[in-house]
Amino acid sequence: MNLATAAQAAYIVAALLFILSLAGLSKHETARSGVALGISGMTIALAATFVLAADGGDNLATALLLVAMAIGAAIGLWRARIVEMTAMPELIAILHSFVGLAAVLVGWNGFLEVEYGGGSRAELPGSLLGIHHAEVSVGVFIGALTFTGSVVAFLKLSGRIDAKPMMLPGKNQLNLGALAAFAVLTVLFVISPNLGLLVALTVVALLLGWHLVASIGGGDMPVVVSMLNSYSGWAAAASGFLLDNNLLIVTGALVGSSGAYLSYVMCQAMNRSFISVIAGGFGIEAGPSGDRDYGEHREITAEETADLLREAKSVVITPGYGMAVAQAQYPVAELTRKLRERGVEVRFGIHPVAGRLPGHMNVLLAEAKVPYDIVLEMDEINDDFATTSVVLVIGANDTVNPAAIDDPGSPIAGMPVLRVWEAENVIVFKRSMATGYAGVQNPLFFRPNSKMLFGDARQRVEEIVAAL
Amino acid sequence: MSHSAQRLGVVAESAPGETRVAATPATVPQLVSLGYEVIVESGAGRRSGYTDEEYGRAGARIAGHDETWAADIVLKVNAPTADEIAALRDGATLVSLIGPAANPALVDELARRPITVLAMDAVPRVSRAQALDVLSSMANIAGYRAVIEAAHAFGRLFTGQVTAAGKVPPAKVLVAGAGVAGLAAIATATSLGAIVRATDPRPEVAEQVRSLGAEYLDVGVAQESGADGYARETTQDYDRRAAEMYAEQAAEVDIVITTALIPGRPAPRLLTAEHVALMRPGSVIVDMAAAQGGNVEGTVPGEAVVTGNGVTIIGYTDLAGRLPAQASQLFGTNVANLMKLLTPGKDGRLVLDFDDMVQRAMTVVRDGEKTWPPPPVPVSATPAATPAARPAAAPAPARAADPSPAGRPQSPPGRRRHLITAAAAAALFLLTAFSPNALIEHVTVFVLSIVIGYYVIGNVHHALHTPLMSITNAISGIIVVGALLQIGRGDAVVAVLSFAAILLASINIVGGFAVTRRMLGMFTRS
Repeated sequence: MNLATAAQAAYIVAALLFILSLAGLSKHETARSGVALGISGMTIALAATFVLAADGGDNLATALLLVAMAIGAAIGLWRARIVEMTAMPELIAILHSFVGLAAVLVGWNGFLEVEYGGGSRAELPGSLLGIHHAEVSVGVFIGALTFTGSVVAFLKLSGRIDAKPMMLPGKNQLNLGALAAFAVLTVLFVISPNLGLLVALTVVALLLGWHLVASIGGGDMPVVVSMLNSYSGWAAAASGFLLDNNLLIVTGALVGSSGAYLSYVMCQAMNRSFISVIAGGFGIEAGPSGDRDYGEHREITAEETADLLREAKSVVITPGYGMAVAQAQYPVAELTRKLRERGVEVRFGIHPVAGRLPGHMNVLLAEAKVPYDIVLEMDEINDDFATTSVVLVIGANDTVNPAAIDDPGSPIAGMPVLRVWEAENVIVFKRSMATGYAGVQNPLFFRPNSKMLFGDARQRVEEIVAAL
Repeated sequence: MSHSAQRLGVVAESAPGETRVAATPATVPQLVSLGYEVIVESGAGRRSGYTDEEYGRAGARIAGHDETWAADIVLKVNAPTADEIAALRDGATLVSLIGPAANPALVDELARRPITVLAMDAVPRVSRAQALDVLSSMANIAGYRAVIEAAHAFGRLFTGQVTAAGKVPPAKVLVAGAGVAGLAAIATATSLGAIVRATDPRPEVAEQVRSLGAEYLDVGVAQESGADGYARETTQDYDRRAAEMYAEQAAEVDIVITTALIPGRPAPRLLTAEHVALMRPGSVIVDMAAAQGGNVEGTVPGEAVVTGNGVTIIGYTDLAGRLPAQASQLFGTNVANLMKLLTPGKDGRLVLDFDDMVQRAMTVVRDGEKTWPPPPVPVSATPAATPAARPAAAPAPARAADPSPAGRPQSPPGRRRHLITAAAAAALFLLTAFSPNALIEHVTVFVLSIVIGYYVIGNVHHALHTPLMSITNAISGIIVVGALLQIGRGDAVVAVLSFAAILLASINIVGGFAVTRRMLGMFTRS
């Protein structure tokens, strides 16, 4: 055993711990031990690498390394402590951008060390050198794409820029052109690696990442965030190839397939193909149903809603992004407690794409101490609406739109939705009669068993709690 | 909405001896409340004891034969005749018994018209579809009626009594097959006071048999029911043991009721002529499978015959129809429940949803296109409420029976999937074959890790997707390892870039783990 083999052994252990960590996350009961496993894996990997680096490098490098880690850790802890649960999508997006940027930097370093500096060129035989060139360009490309894509996603999610899709003319050609440019630059770079080509490649990737996410609308953000999660994994894996490091490859592949799988689940939930989400915004289709006369909607007050709830046998609450925006999860949890004390069966129905992040609603409700065993998935609850007395739709729109089932011409036709309209009464909490992200009118609001409760969801729910 | 409601026609049955009708005055208001305009052919309910006036009071309009058949949706009990198929308008929807498996020619004939046909006897056996299942509701009535017919033909009491005129022994009844009809027969016979025994190749029904107060006769050879909830064909070993048991029982019991059916096949022969010959004079056999060829040797479909040794074999094929008012009521309710499913908007518009496996399975013809047989639907398909509960180590075999598309990753259907797989395999092969050894090792690790990731993540509970993202985020900060190794190796530029990379990745690692812990700490159970 020497230092290098010991480090390799530590890496294998760490990789296994990461796998176990993700496996532990599959259930609520084991999720916390999953995190502990992940932390131990990370500690082992870092300790091994640190020993390896300190052994070969000088003291200044070791000191720099410790300082960088300490600053990073401090920032990370600080952000993690203060972040609002409603702001989780932003946090996750910006964290993705860090991985992307780190991958770009690692790629550039690889280039500076081997190709540009020529320091260790002699160590690599010809064929491996060519592969190294390719690895640098792939790693930098994916990293840069992830970086700007995540930054744009962060800006959109945090409301710093407009969430509407940016519509440049010929945007698909632009994307394809960037990919073609990447391929050409990579080939050129492998033939003769030089600084100019790498700069050009980095710029192309940065622009592509920016444009890709800028042209996707806010409603598709769950897919985008999980897609970027996937990219950040592939970026780490590419760095692993570059650095000849199996731990990075394993971890990157795990994260990459995880993100890809989540994106797939999200796309299924919207009945759309991954390509169509990536290639274009949702809101662009005005839909043929825009001018249709849906009839009159009816309004209800908070007091009347409280009366309905008092008489109800079973209540289902279907939250959407609007609940997060209004920060209504606490009063909603309070309402749930009150109703459950009265013996009313209260459950939550969560659409897979509710919110701006996979599982976003679950986290918000958990934050407000809603027990997770009454928070159900769409498939678990959809058949029960017919026997439900009252459904409270709080800040959800497209995910409860009957047009997805009834109207083949609707832009969201075929998307699986929560069939709330089968319930006896549906109360829709909404700010106004405006359409949802998909820009589609919702016939639910005009159904005879639907009533609208206008205003800020948080205030309205608090009023209901008070009236009870 | 601007469109008008569709017209729904309830037609009179033309088959001789058919007493039922597809809607009753009790189910018509349900159809009306779905928004349909309901018309009933004059005299349609006569043989079930429902008058035109009653239908009228329930909200239907009474119409003539031609007008009813020209409705947008036609409700009927029996499969239509050639003339009746011709009477349907273009674009109409027909709901009736079809027997698509047994009558492929009828399905072809229906598919020659631009119509949609839903077979009431093709309801898949899933809990959600029970409300539509006419086979079950008719079998239930038929099982009851079978016992009544047997009691009628049997010259003695069912219940045992000690009277001043002497002691009357209770009748002994053997019910073969404990499906819906068998269980109904068991319940009826026990409530009349008979001693009831039942046998069924599926050992899991023993409990149901006992719960009704009957004795379960175990053949002693293991048998399994099919994935669709119906009995399978039995093995030779089982049949030999069962034949011995029937010989034993035939000599002992007074009444035998056979209900054995296997979907899509002739009824299995349970009692041979020798078995029947063993029975005492005056005994009664009701062969409920007479229409499918009979479980008993000597059964004449539609008739009651008396054998040489005085045993009555009843082969009536219209047992349910012998209780016309009840049969129509249950049939009508099943049909009304189907219409509720097909009218999600309650706006008088029929909407056929092929993503709903119940609707898909029942549709034998859609707009003149034959859609029979449907893709298989296993009954064990209780939508996996907790896909995460499945052990992470063995996800692959469990997937075969998992119908929920949202729960698991699924690939593009059929041939395209094979093509994509083949192309990917070829690309991987070429890439690897032309690579130096060092890269091959990496590619191996990479590919296997992707596969592991796919299966591990596939088990993650939907509610934990956000913590999953933040923890994968944290571990993708492992890229710090790369920067750590680079920081001391190059010049100042490399050191600065590495410093930045380490800083950023550290934010990720620590922040990701910390926020995941914080989130998971919030999830509580009630």
